[in-house]
Amino acid sequence: MRKAFIDTLYQLAESDPRIVLMTGDLGYMVMEGYRLRFPERFFNAGISEQNMIGVATGLADAGLIPYAYSIATFASLRPFEFVRNGPVHHHLPVRVVGMGAGFEYGHDGPTHHALEDISVMRTLPGLTIVVPADSAQAATAIRETACLPGPVYYSLGKDDRLSVPGLDGRFELGRVQTIRQGADVAILSMGAVTVEAVAAADELARDGVQAAIAVVSNFHPDPADDVARILGNVAHAITVEAQAISGGLGAFVASVIASRGLACRLWALGVQTSPDGTSGAQPDRWRKHGLDRANIAQTARRALCLAAAR
Amino acid sequence: MRRMILAQSRRANVGHIGSSLCIVEILAALYGGVLRAHSADDPDRDRFVLSKGHAALALYVALTLKGWLSEAQLDTFADDGSLLGVHPEAALPGVDFCSGSLGQGLSMAAGAALAARIQGSGRRAFCLISDGECNEGSIWEAAMFAAHNRLSNLCVLADINGQQALGLTRDVCAAQNMRERWEAFGWDAVEVDGHSVEALTAAMTASGDTRPRILLARTIFGRGVPFMEKGIPVSQKHLPVQPINWHYLPMSEEEYALAVSALEQG
Repeated sequence: MRKAFIDTLYQLAESDPRIVLMTGDLGYMVMEGYRLRFPERFFNAGISEQNMIGVATGLADAGLIPYAYSIATFASLRPFEFVRNGPVHHHLPVRVVGMGAGFEYGHDGPTHHALEDISVMRTLPGLTIVVPADSAQAATAIRETACLPGPVYYSLGKDDRLSVPGLDGRFELGRVQTIRQGADVAILSMGAVTVEAVAAADELARDGVQAAIAVVSNFHPDPADDVARILGNVAHAITVEAQAISGGLGAFVASVIASRGLACRLWALGVQTSPDGTSGAQPDRWRKHGLDRANIAQTARRALCLAAAR
Repeated sequence: MRRMILAQSRRANVGHIGSSLCIVEILAALYGGVLRAHSADDPDRDRFVLSKGHAALALYVALTLKGWLSEAQLDTFADDGSLLGVHPEAALPGVDFCSGSLGQGLSMAAGAALAARIQGSGRRAFCLISDGECNEGSIWEAAMFAAHNRLSNLCVLADINGQQALGLTRDVCAAQNMRERWEAFGWDAVEVDGHSVEALTAAMTASGDTRPRILLARTIFGRGVPFMEKGIPVSQKHLPVQPINWHYLPMSEEEYALAVSALEQG
């Protein structure tokens, strides 16, 4: 999604002189084209995420639309209070761009794993949160949210080859994107790990289990009505996210089930343990935390067996 | 201004009096002439960020005297549901940025200055920070950014009152050599008497180079009220005499009368 981000921003900046790109000294081999084309609207803030968000707040107050870019953990967690007291409190169109969602910086270790950014940002109702599942959806989402009057947090993946079958670049604020229908179990997924959810549904289909797949790609406005509609038809829901489930997708879906009184059991897959010192590539980390296709499919089978045994 | 600060502070029974009293001349210099600002809604007016937001009462008084807030609005200071809280809100006319969490305002002011340059506007950004606030690492991030980007349209007023919440700045977290520190960060650092409107005005308006400027304004905490300057808690005799008392304490009726009479005697 990294190339999708910069290409889309480049196109937007061609027609919108309000757009400014700031980086916390990251984006090697990403930003050169933009910087050469718009040198007067590119600023490397240095390795200082707090100041970058504060400066972006000042730029946005004057009518500009700054995109502040860093690795997702550094873009969200380090300057959280600047985001809260700056663009969110002042309702300003700052775009905080977090790169390397979930376990994408796998071998770089726990400091680089963005497992709490969505949870933390969900505590700010005035902040729109966008979590694309692949590059095509990222491009659409960045275009669709470019002119929002308030702030946006983007949790983006690095991988530009990733493509979720059936998503076809769809994105709509306040909605989920349904990839397939299925009456036995609903799998709600967020971010790049959606490819595993789709693969799990394929595996389940071979066993005769019909799994619905829906992509949750944004919060604030929350897609609560869509989620409730999908879960109204099934006895079991599985959420899949490369995030801490407390405050993330699992927590969101749990609150929809509880507040709407739905008769649906939730199986929340996500990160529930502290780092143990090991690191590994994204697929390895997905397996370690039970987010791989095999475990998603196994979770569905277990849920349905339990239902049958009852 | 000091009379109005004391009256509102007494009415609302709110502290931070010493912090407000010591920036009166800085605000008088700004709102009395330095700021190019014909109206609060002029988009091209100079920006002012009160980064040490706990002195908002002094700002409200300045905005009232400027005519951007009414006396009736000022009388709502620290009331339930009022926009005039103990820290300033951007919903007020002439207030562009909320503050209260120290170490954030300078970055926003740097953004305001950078925006003026991008937009080809001659407007400037002024930001009032305190010496204690310089404990925050983000102040130095902003200092590096502003100097690196040659934000000569940014002027910082540092209220050097030598105090912070729990003690003297030199005792809490070594805050000496401020001029050398700011110069080392690439700033045009000027030491000035923070209680001289003329000296402050001259230092803020003097022509400079491409560096951002900081006025290290020496001030006296609680300026104008001798028992506050000396840290004497008149009505609360169980407290020790210490400079920081008037960082937090609200005034009793007795202390208010004493303070007003001290002001009248000049």
